Amino acid sequence: MDLRGKKVVLHDMCLRDGMHAKQHQISLDEMKSIAKGLDEAGMPLIEVTHGDGLGGSSVNYGFPAHSDEEYLKAVVGVVKNAKISALLLPGIGTVDHLKMAADLGVTTIRVATHCTEADVSEQHIGMAAQMGLDTVGFLMMTHMIEAEQIVEQAKLMESYGANCIYCTDSAGYLLPDQVKERIALLRRELKPETELGFHAHHNLSLGVMNSLVAVEAGANRIDGSVAGLGAGAGNTPLEVLVAVMERMEVNHGIDLYKIMDVAEDLVTPIMDSPIRIDRDSLTLGYAGVYSSFLLFAKRAAAKYGLSSRDILVELGRRRTVGGQEDMIEDLALDMAKARGLI
Amino acid sequence: MTGKIKAAIIGPGNIGTDLLMKALRSELIEPVWMVGVDPDSPGLSRAAEMGLKVTSDGVDGMLATMKADGVQICFDATSAYVHAENSRKVNEQGALMIDLTPAAIGPYCVPPVNLKDALAAGSNNVNMVTCGGQATIPMVAAVSRVQSVSYGEIVATVSSKSVGPGTRKNIDEFTRTTAGAVEMVGGARKGKAIIVINPAEPPLIMRDTIHCLTDDEPDQDAIRKSVDEMVAEVQKYVPGYRLKNGPVFDGNRVSMFMEVEGLGDFLPKYAGNLDIMTAAGLRTAEMFAEEMLAGRFSLSTTASV
Repeated sequence: MDLRGKKVVLHDMCLRDGMHAKQHQISLDEMKSIAKGLDEAGMPLIEVTHGDGLGGSSVNYGFPAHSDEEYLKAVVGVVKNAKISALLLPGIGTVDHLKMAADLGVTTIRVATHCTEADVSEQHIGMAAQMGLDTVGFLMMTHMIEAEQIVEQAKLMESYGANCIYCTDSAGYLLPDQVKERIALLRRELKPETELGFHAHHNLSLGVMNSLVAVEAGANRIDGSVAGLGAGAGNTPLEVLVAVMERMEVNHGIDLYKIMDVAEDLVTPIMDSPIRIDRDSLTLGYAGVYSSFLLFAKRAAAKYGLSSRDILVELGRRRTVGGQEDMIEDLALDMAKARGLI
Repeated sequence: MTGKIKAAIIGPGNIGTDLLMKALRSELIEPVWMVGVDPDSPGLSRAAEMGLKVTSDGVDGMLATMKADGVQICFDATSAYVHAENSRKVNEQGALMIDLTPAAIGPYCVPPVNLKDALAAGSNNVNMVTCGGQATIPMVAAVSRVQSVSYGEIVATVSSKSVGPGTRKNIDEFTRTTAGAVEMVGGARKGKAIIVINPAEPPLIMRDTIHCLTDDEPDQDAIRKSVDEMVAEVQKYVPGYRLKNGPVFDGNRVSMFMEVEGLGDFLPKYAGNLDIMTAAGLRTAEMFAEEMLAGRFSLSTTASV
């Protein structure tokens, strides 16, 4: 694979996707020190939001230690060069949240929908584009549909005003060839000026590999997370990706040693438990399940005396989509009843 | 009490047609008009075949004769954008407006919770909130009538096929309106609403989760009893309304997991979210009709909008 000279914009997720792994309890000081470290390492984009996006604060997804406003205010104030992005899932957050984030200095808005439901993003993408923000359409769970269908949905987001489209592997399920097929077709079918991004979860240990394949196929923005801090087995570990890209002579703009230090000295110490491919996160990748279901399934399994793997496999079989965290306790209750446990 | 109250349905789409099929079975409501804007609308032809007067000139096409035709109740199943104008026009003709759009210019109405208040207030326009609101607010109210609820949150999961273009274009309206009604009608001090759309095939039946946070430790027996009674109330007009699991008590959290299966009149059974709207709309109309027939309700002819 020859990626020499390709320009890639890396986007860190540890302060947003990492919120899942931290049950949304990252402190303001931790946010600030990590953001500052990332900024100094040359990270161009840093996402800061509740794990489930703006307005995600809820019983369903978890109440965060601080509000989106508090986190954004804190982080925007400490970075010099990095731009701050926020995630928004229509159905959870609204354009009011979007305006709040923009007022606080967020310059990139990523509007995320399930991969078949792009048309719920029209008002949010339209508003962000109208406000002159870097506007990203973020298609989740793209392993569930074929490349041609992804293109249709991506074109909708493009038509609403998105200047960048993401193909997101929310379950960490995609194999390298599937990533290649999706990104290559998007690159052929979308406008040449529309940027293309890829977001991975490391559940099958393919985060780095799939990201490289995505770049080769035409993606120019790649998500990852320092030390991998993210839902499931985490996102593509950015310090690893940077080291690989360095050797492959990709134009990534990051100081390798500095990002290694952020991973080791700032992010790893705040982890509640090691971000690794354990039995459950492997199940996510194998069964095609939304990565942030992980801790919910573990908790429900412990509460009702079930196996979290059984719960996750059943969630995959039922083709649940991102945001259906409420289904997990309901399903666990059904399973516990069926097994005579309650 | 004798006779029925005559009604008009504005909007011959899926919702309007499903409502028509339900209304044709009503002992209190007689649908006489179907109003559309497209002469080629299959909904209008169906209504005409069923013996209704139809027009494709919008509400204006019915106004001239609606009083003479005895129309006292109108249902608006169009869109929030045209609702205010429709409502003003039919109110001027002395008819009550039941709003199935998210316009919400009149008070929110969730039949088993606050229909009597709407009747008492003599409103000439009542709004049916949202599908998610109809499915969940009775449960929030079932908890809040037992003890104070500081926070009520609802998660509505609906099949992709049951979410129309209007909702998709303005999904924020769903979250805002539902959250507002969780507070105003459900009785939670703070409300939050989430909607998730799932494209699985075969389409999933509407499911709803309701979380309430109570100020004090939940009175489990009283809440269980209140919830069961409320489910029975909703089942009177939506037989497929089921408490699947719960109430689950966890500290001050009370959670209920519901499933809403529709009757399958015109809309498929999985679209319980649409069915509960048309059923709630008709239920509301019937309660007003009872009052009208008993001579206890007369509508002010001055428009409120």
